[in-house]
Amino acid sequence: MNNFKNFTKGFLKENPVFILLLGLCPTLGVTTSAINGLGMGLATTFVLVGSNVVISLIKKLIPDKVRIPSFIVIIASFVTIIDLVMAAYVPALYESLGLFIPLIVVNCIVLGRAEAFASKNTVFSSMIDGLGMGLGFAFALTILGSVREILGSYSIFGFKFIQTDGILVFVLAPGAFFGLAYLIAIMKKINK
Amino acid sequence: MDYLIIIIAAIFVNNIVLAQFLGICPFLGVSGKVKTAVGMGGAVLFVMTLATVVTWLIMNYILVKFNIVFMQTIAYILVIAALVQMVEIILKKISPSLYQALGVFLPLITTNCAILGVAIIVIQKDYDLMHSVVFAIGTALGFMLALVIFAGIREHLEKLPLPKGMKGVPSALVVAGILALAFMGFAGLV
Repeated sequence: MNNFKNFTKGFLKENPVFILLLGLCPTLGVTTSAINGLGMGLATTFVLVGSNVVISLIKKLIPDKVRIPSFIVIIASFVTIIDLVMAAYVPALYESLGLFIPLIVVNCIVLGRAEAFASKNTVFSSMIDGLGMGLGFAFALTILGSVREILGSYSIFGFKFIQTDGILVFVLAPGAFFGLAYLIAIMKKINK
Repeated sequence: MDYLIIIIAAIFVNNIVLAQFLGICPFLGVSGKVKTAVGMGGAVLFVMTLATVVTWLIMNYILVKFNIVFMQTIAYILVIAALVQMVEIILKKISPSLYQALGVFLPLITTNCAILGVAIIVIQKDYDLMHSVVFAIGTALGFMLALVIFAGIREHLEKLPLPKGMKGVPSALVVAGILALAFMGFAGLV
């Protein structure tokens, strides 16, 4: 039960994007379509699970004073792995996410979970925490990506349902801000 | 002329916050007052220029030379974290007044993705050292401009009677969206 709660908290109650307001740069930057949002979310989930597991495994070996730099090196290693893997197997997605893949390393969620959860808990619950938070992040990005894709180009996951141009502004930069603003307001209402 | 185009493009056309979505956290976090916005902008200008120079040198003289370019992310983030710490220590010693002005913002800057972002962008664009420096300065000025405008608007926003759900971050994001819309008018300038 405890693990289950641990897993589901990332979706609504402690959703990293809508409630904690962490990791907003990739959230706004990559969500021009649902598939981009999902891809970014899953890449971040991989880094989050990997770094959480490793950090909780070696938490006793890391001296307290150098823990933040150590966490950053571990996170950066996982980011490098996913960067190379994506470049090799999903080059099209890699191309459209671009700069935001290496920038996962400065995503506050990853370091935040390392510091707040993985450095204090067991390996298994850290893994569950990473998975829950990561999928909660992916969930938020996919929703924002879907909203922008539906309004901006009248399509969803690349499937076009109205054969005309959409409301272009939603695909461009301002649409990201507007979309996220109203999603956060709606989420506040739902959580109450 | 080349440099002028880079600066104008970095400030207005490809504004780091409003067009490229980097450095959103400090943008939403600190910009409640115009004065703190200027301080934060100054700190970013200083660190961004320095970090770009150092990472550029490391990329071209160490990583490329030893054929370990894939270590870019790890090397960059460590260098930037160490650099921020060092700047803090040095400033405290040699210029206490400047430290007073910038000090509180320095620790926040390590997690500012704009710094790492610019360091990576100049490598992707294949700039030489001089162009990289100019690009970093222009980008930081663009960050400062966005931050100051945004802070000025938010000072007034707090007095408005907004619906409950829109208070705080959602209304700030709507303002940022309108600003982004305004900055889109600069597209095609360069």
